[in-house]
Amino acid sequence: MQIIRDRKIVEDDFIHVADGAELPESGKPIVTLARFLKERATLLPRYPAVGVRIASDKLPSDVPDLAKLALIAVEFPKFTDGRGYSTGRMLRDRHGFTGELRAVGWVLRDQLFYLERCGFNAFEMKPGKPLESGLEAFKEFTVTYQAAVDDPRPFYRRR
Amino acid sequence: MYQYDDYDRRIIIERAQQFRGQVARRLSGEITEEEFKPLRLQNGLYMQLHAYMLRVAIPYGLLSSKQVRKLAHIARTYDKGYAHLTTRQNIQYNWPRLANVPVILDELASVEMHAVQTSGNCVRNITSDHFAGIARDEIEDPRPYCEILRQWSTFHPEFAHLPRKFKIAVTAAPGEDRAAVRFHDIGLRMVENAQGERGFEVLVGGGLGRTPVIAEVVRDFLPKRHMLSYIESILRVYNLAGRRDNKHKARIKILVTALGVEEFRRRVEEDWEKSRTPALELPDAEVARVSAFFAPPPYENIAADPDRLISLGLGRDRDLGNWVKNNVFPHKVPGYSAVVISVKKPGIPPGDVSDTQLDAIADIADRFSFGHTVVTHTQNLVLPDVKTSELPRLHAELRALDLGEANVGKLTDVITCPGLDYCDLANARSIPLSLEIAERFDRIDYLNDVGDVSIKISGCINACGHHHVGNIGILGIDKRGEEFYQLMLGGSPGNDASIGKILGRALAQNEIVDAVEKVLGRYLEIRDSIDERFLDTVRRVGFDPFKEAVYGSADPLEAAGGD
Repeated sequence: MQIIRDRKIVEDDFIHVADGAELPESGKPIVTLARFLKERATLLPRYPAVGVRIASDKLPSDVPDLAKLALIAVEFPKFTDGRGYSTGRMLRDRHGFTGELRAVGWVLRDQLFYLERCGFNAFEMKPGKPLESGLEAFKEFTVTYQAAVDDPRPFYRRR
Repeated sequence: MYQYDDYDRRIIIERAQQFRGQVARRLSGEITEEEFKPLRLQNGLYMQLHAYMLRVAIPYGLLSSKQVRKLAHIARTYDKGYAHLTTRQNIQYNWPRLANVPVILDELASVEMHAVQTSGNCVRNITSDHFAGIARDEIEDPRPYCEILRQWSTFHPEFAHLPRKFKIAVTAAPGEDRAAVRFHDIGLRMVENAQGERGFEVLVGGGLGRTPVIAEVVRDFLPKRHMLSYIESILRVYNLAGRRDNKHKARIKILVTALGVEEFRRRVEEDWEKSRTPALELPDAEVARVSAFFAPPPYENIAADPDRLISLGLGRDRDLGNWVKNNVFPHKVPGYSAVVISVKKPGIPPGDVSDTQLDAIADIADRFSFGHTVVTHTQNLVLPDVKTSELPRLHAELRALDLGEANVGKLTDVITCPGLDYCDLANARSIPLSLEIAERFDRIDYLNDVGDVSIKISGCINACGHHHVGNIGILGIDKRGEEFYQLMLGGSPGNDASIGKILGRALAQNEIVDAVEKVLGRYLEIRDSIDERFLDTVRRVGFDPFKEAVYGSADPLEAAGGD
């Protein structure tokens, strides 16, 4: 599957693993938060990189071992569910999360500009949506008023 | 007023391009109608009963004459020759064709205007006191803070998909709240603390709609430099914890009520401690930069003459006298007055202004008021800086334009939503009712006798006509397929905020204006002096005398019977 990562279309090197499903022999799994909470002691040493997928009602403080995670995938059950924007910003600004921050679910081109400003660097677009179109979204605005993850200074300190 | 620099201008141009792309993606099928809807809403484009409606943002209601002329031009060229002033100090066009919307946005951009975030689940237009900058009772001009908030809220990346819409109002006049800050998601009241330092009292969780709530104080005193970081924390707590399962329970007022204000405050303060950074503090230089745009116009040095207004009010020209008494307000600069132009007139839906009137108002603003006008949340227009000596001449000109109604704050200065004539949410028409009220009570002596009273009409429980805070509120409901109206008394949007209560059973269309007349008749009988306002009488005597007047009985069961 292809995703957008760091403003490029790339082949996804992580594998989503459903809760009941068997873990892969190797590679980089993304597991649900529930599974991670149960199995993290074995998961973390077993794979070179582990990702955790969190529902939109979860907070960064619900996720242990943040510093050991290579990826956090934040779910957008609907494109109008904006909780993930705050989650992303807190993960980066407050918890210092430096791994891949990925938006998954109902992700559309017109969210990407805002999502990137809130710290997301990877995007699994909703199936059927052209990724090329998504790439154009990052440059739609060349001026931003607010402080965000991309620049901690509000515009009045950059003007 | 604030002037865009190249950055502000670039954002609006890039926005227009972005919206063109969104429309193109909808047309190509890349996005569905469901996916397009929030995008068009955040650009002010609604689908109404008969046509699209475009709502144009007027930050804190302030317009230059150049902008007013552009609004007139758009009304004439792309609409049916009129525009509608809204209760959020905005203006809306009820009949634009979708194909013309991008062109209208270009026209607006040419005068530094837009339709950004006038709808949708985001931070909406920032509103304020319509006498901001000239009011005698204000601590300082709140508009620089409104403009700073406007820029901060424009395309805020974290808060573009909130559980529900979000409205912020700012006032800097502690004595009289003309911005209804207690009925906003966030209300900021500028105050001074014991040390003489200025800051904001922060109120959260007010609102009208289905569940009217008076906002609670979340912080007594917030130093001004922390304005943005603190508001971000309020919004973050709301964004994360506000309900998303039911749009009727999604406003922040429901969250504050559910958590209790103490727990809500604790969460906000906790987030704030973790998120505030020195960079987020508002530097004095930025406040000074923005404030410079709101520097006072070149007023003439005129000796104070307090008797002048009184003598105009009592002069031989009764029309002029009534207008001076009702439509002219004090100004902080001697020799100047603020004038409210009432657009509420028999035969005209409240808030509607024609293209020719707008052009004429622009012209009048240039000659009488340094080129500025302000939209009020009561759907009128203010000329903020008129020389008191020019009032007779101004009145004569306004009268010639059919804009000389002397009814500001009086019975016929009705606030109303568009109602069933335009809106697909409405249960009942509200405009015909306001027209009937305007017709029935179109006698200046009666208006003056009844004095200050507000009537606010909503066509459904979403309360766009603010009926909960009318001294007299009227709510349209559907009763077995017929339009009925509930009559409420006792609401007030100001410092003495209160929510009106239903008087009795709902009334049919041919009963409701009679009922208003009966209520007012009873008030005239029982007020303790001509100085006791309608609202004060209702608060003093309670509902029984009014129930008796309307329903023939104060018995609550009978008065409420059948409903």
